[in-house]
Amino acid sequence: MDASAIMAVLEGVPDPEIPVVSVVDLGIVRGLRDGEGERSPAVLITPTYTGCPATLAIEMSIRAALDGAGFGDVRVDTVLSPAWTTDWISDRGREQLKAYGIAPPPKGANARSLNAQPAECPRCGSHDTREISRFGSTPCKALWQCNDCHEPFDLFKCH
Amino acid sequence: MSGATLTADAGVADEQRAALFDYLLRLGDDALILSQQLSEWCGHAPVLEVDLSLANIALDLLGQSTLLLDAAAKIEGGTRDADALAFHRDVLAFRNCLMVEQPNGDFAQTITRQFLYSAFQAPYFAQLTASTYTPLAEIAAKALKEVTYHADLAAEWVIRLGDGTYESRQRMLDGLDWHWRFVDELFDMDAIESGLAAAGIAPDRAALRAEFDAKVAQVLSDATLPAPEYPRATRGGRVGHHSEHLGHLLAVMQFLPRTYPDAEW
Repeated sequence: MDASAIMAVLEGVPDPEIPVVSVVDLGIVRGLRDGEGERSPAVLITPTYTGCPATLAIEMSIRAALDGAGFGDVRVDTVLSPAWTTDWISDRGREQLKAYGIAPPPKGANARSLNAQPAECPRCGSHDTREISRFGSTPCKALWQCNDCHEPFDLFKCH
Repeated sequence: MSGATLTADAGVADEQRAALFDYLLRLGDDALILSQQLSEWCGHAPVLEVDLSLANIALDLLGQSTLLLDAAAKIEGGTRDADALAFHRDVLAFRNCLMVEQPNGDFAQTITRQFLYSAFQAPYFAQLTASTYTPLAEIAAKALKEVTYHADLAAEWVIRLGDGTYESRQRMLDGLDWHWRFVDELFDMDAIESGLAAAGIAPDRAALRAEFDAKVAQVLSDATLPAPEYPRATRGGRVGHHSEHLGHLLAVMQFLPRTYPDAEW
């Protein structure tokens, strides 16, 4: 199995709802498993939220990308443990989120309590911000507003 | 989501399989029925913020029920999958508690139900992460993060409404009055769950009551609401004795897959 070639394919698969970030940078791809005997090699993926409607779309787009690159024998397997956390979003992924207008989630378990710290406005960089809605357009986001530039923005919730 | 890798046979003795199947239905049905109730608010909630919140909580619970019913189907080892368990079981075969099938009522009644159920589910799933049955421990660890969020959100609304206007306070009192009689059932242990608890598979519900009572007392105090009292608990959901509300809910939820069994999107 050519691991680096497979990873290169996966890095080209965007998240369906946040298409500027790849499924690798979001931490959805957990790794590769070598084939052994009867067992096919596999890409291991994990869902973000249990009910995330994008999960199936992600699996299908990974499948299509692998098939297109000639890796039709590589399976796509879902694993639940360890549970996905926003700490797995890569530094590159965080920069991409911010450039897209979504405040990246704070890192670390301490940030997990609600409203532990004000989000940084992805447009003007101000920390003078407030939560408007606990949930946003998807389960993984909350809606915030900047008190300086007054723009509303999505915050990727710490999870 | 049915592709999740669950090793159904890991560490389950044959004599425990029937109990475990029933137990997984209890957990899965709680999540499924509460999700279905909450989803009825979609497009009808009082403000956009609430519409988003309730729909997203419903979505989290639907995901949890998918995993739990999928695990149940694997333990059963037959031909039924999670969809068959959700859409092709009759009302008497559902094992959810009575609280989750209670009607939405007004927003205060819905929030009261969410507050009480999440205040139970959060510490319960925290215990469940230590289950000796690995698939269940993994589902619990994943769901716990979501449930903690639900519990915080519902508690905030209880405080906002209880300590709000005369009208919102009165509606919260009515919501508590409606739901409090269903609290005891959340903590009931029976032969099925006692056996699983002894094997380390299921938590002891009764042992979590003190933590629940403390949490509820603290939030109600912040909300300036009196501690609820109800003379007699109502129970029976775990053995299929449901209120009339569940049948109506299932009629809506199951209509399409039952009428058109081979329908696909």
